[in-house]
Parts: sequence; C-alpha cells; structure tokens
Amino acid sequence: MPVIEVTHLKKRYGDLVAVDDVSLSVEAGEIFGVLGPNGAGKTTTVECVAGLRVPDGGGVSVLGLDPRRDAAQLRQRVGVQLQESQLPDRLRVAEALELYASFYRNPADPAELIDKLGLGEKRNTAYKKLSGGQKQRLSIALALVGNPEIAILDELTTGLDPQARRDTWGLIEQVRDSGVTIVLVTHFMEEAERLCDRVAVIDRGRVVALDSPAGLVSTVAPEQRIRFRPSAPVDDRLLTDLPEVSAVQRTGSQVVVTGTGELLHAVTSVLARHQIVAADLRLEQSTLDDAFVELTGHRPAN
Amino acid sequence: MHAFRNILRTEARLYLRDLPTLLTTIGLPTVILVVLGLIPSLRKPDPTFDGQTFVSYFAPSLLVVTLAMVGVNILPAVLATYRERGVLRRLATTPAHPAALLAAQLVLALAGILASALLLIVVARLAFGVPLPRHPLGFTLAFILGTAALLSLGLLVAAVARTTKAAQALAVPLFLVTMFFGGVYLPRFLLPDFVARIGDYTPPGVQALLDAWTGTPPQPLHLGIMAVIAVAAGAGAAKLFRWE
Ligand SMILES: Nc1ncnc2c1ncn2[C@@H]1O[C@H](COP(=O)(O)OP(=O)(O)OP(=O)(O)O)[C@@H](O)[C@H]1O
Ligand SMILES: [Mg+2]
Repeated sequence: MPVIEVTHLKKRYGDLVAVDDVSLSVEAGEIFGVLGPNGAGKTTTVECVAGLRVPDGGGVSVLGLDPRRDAAQLRQRVGVQLQESQLPDRLRVAEALELYASFYRNPADPAELIDKLGLGEKRNTAYKKLSGGQKQRLSIALALVGNPEIAILDELTTGLDPQARRDTWGLIEQVRDSGVTIVLVTHFMEEAERLCDRVAVIDRGRVVALDSPAGLVSTVAPEQRIRFRPSAPVDDRLLTDLPEVSAVQRTGSQVVVTGTGELLHAVTSVLARHQIVAADLRLEQSTLDDAFVELTGHRPAN
Repeated sequence: MHAFRNILRTEARLYLRDLPTLLTTIGLPTVILVVLGLIPSLRKPDPTFDGQTFVSYFAPSLLVVTLAMVGVNILPAVLATYRERGVLRRLATTPAHPAALLAAQLVLALAGILASALLLIVVARLAFGVPLPRHPLGFTLAFILGTAALLSLGLLVAAVARTTKAAQALAVPLFLVTMFFGGVYLPRFLLPDFVARIGDYTPPGVQALLDAWTGTPPQPLHLGIMAVIAVAAGAGAAKLFRWE
C-alpha cells in the first residue's frame, strides 16, 4: 500500500514550468530518494506533497488524504525539513525543540532527540551561534520531533561534515527501522546508495528513472571494466569472442576489458582455460554517479 | 490556542533576551520626558499652551515615540525577517499555524506600547505634576484607536514588503512621518498651522490624545479617521499578507 501517491503532478511559477509531469509512489516503511540536478523540480515536488504548494495539475495523496484539504490531519502525521529555513537568532536549541514538540499530540522526547543528534552540548546555545552543520541537525530534529509517520527531508545532509553525515545516515536508518517512511531529496549519490530503497531521478520537471539504486546502475550504466596484467600474451580475439565483452584495450602491459553481465566470470574462466594468470586484477563497476550522468547529462552537484 | 500560548511565551522570552531594544522601546519616551522636565522653564505654566506647562503639552507627543517605534518599525521588521528566513513557512509545516506567531507578535507589541505609556504617564504625574488624563474614557479610546491604526499600518508594511530590506525601506519614511506629524521632532506649536492640522489626522492622532489628556473630549472626526485607517490598513494587510 503506497503511503504517498503522486500522479502527473504539474506546477508552474509564472511562465516557468518547475514540475512538468511527475508520477511516483512511495511505499510504507521505505526510504525513497529524489535525485536530480539543481532546479530539476525536486523541492517543488516534495513541497506539493507536504501541502506547502498548490499543484497546477495532477494529483497528490498522502496517507490516503489530500495535502491541502486534510492539511490539519497531515501536519500531525508528516514531518518536514525544508531546504531553506532558519529559526529566530536568539532561540535556543532546547527551546526550539520543546516549542515544536508542544504542537503535536504525541511528540518525541526533545531531550532524547537532542542527544541522538549530537546536540547535547549545544542544548542552551542560541540558534545564531550554531555552526552550519549544527543548524542542519536541529532542523532534522524539528522534522522528527512530532513522531511522524512520514518524514520529508529536503537536502538532509547538505552542509554536514563527513562524520556528521555518516552519523545522520545512521539516525535515518534508526528512524526508518521504527517504521517511519522517509522521502529524501539529496545530491549525494553515496547517500542515496547507502540509504534509499528506491530513487526517482527528476530532470527538468520529469521523472527520467525510478528504480532501486542497484537496479538503476545496472540498467542505465551497466558497463563494467576489468583491468589485469596477463602472465602470458593473450590474443584479443579470445576475449572479444565472449558475448559479455564489448571492447578490449591495452595500455602498456595492462589489458582493459569492458563489457556487461557476468563479465568477470566469463573473462576469468577463459583465462583459466588457457592457463593464463591475471595479476593485479581489478573490477570497476559503474556507480549511481555514472547512472546519474547518463540520465541527466550532469555531474551530481556536491 | 495551546500552540499560541507556547509561541507567545517563547517570543516573549526572545524579546526579554534583547534587553537594549526592550529598554529603548519602553523607556525612551520617559527618558526624554525626564530630560525636558529637568529644565525649570519648561515646568512653568505658559500662556502659549493655555496655561499648561510645556512638559504637559509635549507628553502626548512622547507617546508617539514608542507607538511609532513598535508599530511601524519593529513589528514589520520582525515579521518580514521571520518570513524571509522561512520561520513562518516552517511553522506552516507543523500543526501550529503561522498566524499564531503573528498574533503573538501583536500581543507583544501591544504589551510594549502599554508598558511604555503607563511608565510615561506615571512618571509625568509623580515627577513633574502632569495631571493624569482628565478625560479617561476619551483618552483610552484615542489611545486604542491610535495604536490600532499604527499597528495596522505596520502589518500592512509587513504584508507588502517581500524582504527585510524592503520592509525597512517602507518603515523608515513611515516612522519619520509619524514622528514629525506627531510633533516629536519639533513641538507642534512651532509647526506651521496646516502641518499641525495634518498631524491631527495622521496616526496615532496626537491632537485627540492631547485633548483627552487635558480634559476636552476628543473630536469624533479625529477618532473616526483613526478607526478608518485601522480597519482599511488591517484589511489590506490581511488580504496581502504572504507567509512565504
Ligand atoms: N518560489 C518560486 N518562484 C519562482 N520560481 C521558483 C520558485 N521556487 C522554485 N522556482 C524555480 O522552479 C524550478 C525548480 O525549483 P526547485 O526548487 O523545485 O528545484 P530543485 O530540484 O529543488 O533544485 P535544487 O537542487 O537546486 O534545490 C527552478 O528553476 C527554480 O528557479
Ligand atoms: Mg531543492
């Protein structure tokens, strides 16, 4: 049963079409990634889901409800972290969380959340005096303080240092394990690969791919590459005759074989049959990065 | 209601934390009063002011100081900043409505204005023998309507200004005009008569305040104009206000 269903969503700002045609559905309990280049329409899409923007066309249903009509109900059940949103300068960390907790019928314990997000020492620090990453963590905490069934996180870890990013990933996994469905907008492919069950790649207001990260890589950028130094001369034809192989190149004493499917198995078997040892063997597989470039023609921004 | 109370408490705390601003908004009129009151000649009855002292004559203009600072300066600046920084928008994602934050700001603005006026009236009475407002009902009415008119104008500024900078660009001239026509920069008896008459009708309506303070019932037209401004600006603000 999908908890979020978006069908043919369309949203314009004046003449600019920000979201042209986006359809996707998010299943209960999954971490769903939304990827895409800057200005692709990711934020606009998730803000339509959060009920912050009114779509010009198409439908959005969240937990079986309409984000605009049933806003009051959904605000209790959906936590949102906005991409750009700050707090009053003088507001302190604990005050912010306690205030926001008080809005919900069934909130999380603010003190516990503060510790979980590593803000324990900053409990009484004013917002203005937090570092960028600490502000970001507070923002995540505010999205989770209502114990939501769905958390929509726009640019979860932008601005965090590598350690804080990893810690946050751990936290998000914990949150998911407690049964929360998570929609995650991100520019970090590593983050999407590590966290997301499925991702939608949006480009120029349209969904250009929707699959698991591994599925995306194998369909969009299935190319693999094997490098090795043969112990004896190898005839190219031996390799090019294999159906899995698409090309063979040589650089110095090194052989580089590109291909798809069970490439590694095919190559090593044929070498073994001819008693050739492959030294320094390395397999290079495409990553989500490559798939992203393939789909959008952009390098992921980070 | 529950959310509103908590937001109000939090916002009040933030105000108290900004002590310099708080002391200035509440205390400045009284400080000016005390400085002027220390000059002996200003404490002598003077025929120019129908036999009142200058200090008595000038006190209503001092009320304008806080009204202008809070109403057309601080209130729109705070609201525009909250909008620009996405505070209102973030609140819109929670069960609390951002209108609760706006309401909390209005309550705090009113509290500041009231505290400042009370301080001024009490110090004027105790230290300089300025009589308490002699027409209390008229004075209360003039004060409420004048305050409402200025706060509505402040909300209108907050509504039409998209950014903090734009809000300031609108608020500063409005503030100067309010202070000028309120006779703060130049006591009104020094202003050309037609300028002083204009000041009768610009918020907060200092003539109505002066009349009521000295015992004459305020003129209905003066009060009516304030009510009209309050309602018109308030309605305009409600229509134009953007949460993001
Ligand atoms: N409030 C707005 N008014 C006008 N145009 C807007 C507004 N918000 C976004 N846009 C435009 O809509 C398009 C999509 O913006 P959106 O914020 O959804 O992109 P995004 O995918 O989230 O980008 P990023 O990765 O940079 O956050 C962009 O061209 C942007 O300039
Ligand atoms: Mg965005």
